[in-house]
Amino acid sequence: MTRLYARGRVLSHQRGKRITHPKTSLIQIEGAQKIEDAKFYLGKRIAYVYKGKKAVNGSKVRVIWGKCTRTHGNSGAVRAKFASNLPPRTFGASCRIMLYPSSI
Amino acid sequence: MVQQRSRPIARNVGRLTRTQLYTKRGLFKGQKKAAAPAKEATEEFKTKKVGGAKNGGERKVPTVKARAFYPAEDVAIPKNSRKTQRPTKLRESITPGTVLILLAGRFRGKRVVFLKQLDSGLLLVTGPFKVNGVPLRRVNQAYVIATSTKINVGAVDSSKVNDAFFAKAAVKNASKEEAFFGDKAEKKEYPAEKAQEQKNVDKAILAEIKKVDGLTKYLNASFGLSRGEFPHELKF
Repeated sequence: MTRLYARGRVLSHQRGKRITHPKTSLIQIEGAQKIEDAKFYLGKRIAYVYKGKKAVNGSKVRVIWGKCTRTHGNSGAVRAKFASNLPPRTFGASCRIMLYPSSI
Repeated sequence: MVQQRSRPIARNVGRLTRTQLYTKRGLFKGQKKAAAPAKEATEEFKTKKVGGAKNGGERKVPTVKARAFYPAEDVAIPKNSRKTQRPTKLRESITPGTVLILLAGRFRGKRVVFLKQLDSGLLLVTGPFKVNGVPLRRVNQAYVIATSTKINVGAVDSSKVNDAFFAKAAVKNASKEEAFFGDKAEKKEYPAEKAQEQKNVDKAILAEIKKVDGLTKYLNASFGLSRGEFPHELKF
């Protein structure tokens, strides 16, 4: 089976010159170059999938779920909020932008 | 003496409020369902003979004595809720016969045919089962992409399929020991009526699908994104 999600990249937390705001993360979605492109993804669920050392419920794979809240800037990035804030080590890591909740 | 439920804090002041006491007594749990037998109408007053010359000889006496005490507090009346449940609005792009792509769950990526919206607001879809293995199934419209492909489902009779059709048969609760030590649960066979209903519903759709070239193949193929395909650019 092939992918049922769009690929994204965690850029950073939302931030100013000196202060970071970890409760919002910035995500660049593959193929989205403009605000209009990014608007398609608003509200969509995001999964940051990673592996832990200890298995929980028989699986080492863990997920932090979040959702796209709004666009960010002019080049197709989105702001996202996660169930628990993404740790800084995720900056640069890829995440999945699911296609649901769908409005097509 | 029976121990008081609402042990008073001070004289005439109960520890529990009226609602708390009501909950604690739990009388609402065993409310009678059968209608009580009609009571015989009793007369409001009885006439009694009274002695004494100046007393008129007779007197009306109420059969039920009036209560000497009545609650001084106002009884709380529950507020009427003005909220009503409205049916789920179906997305405009989804009409009976639309081919949908499932996005989550066991059959994610599969293309299915939409039949109707059920009372619960969920969508009734079918593979058809013979084409791609998706049975009659309920899905939430949030987890579905509507495509521009449509199939004529005018001849399909899915009137027998409702939310109750998907209810699971009640299972007898086995004792814990039995569940633990007993034989492994036997694999249940798929109920014959459901399999039959599946066939009945799919029959007309299959005939319709055959009319269009390549539609069987299309429904059989699952959807997925490959490199360079971006969902915001796709036209489904």
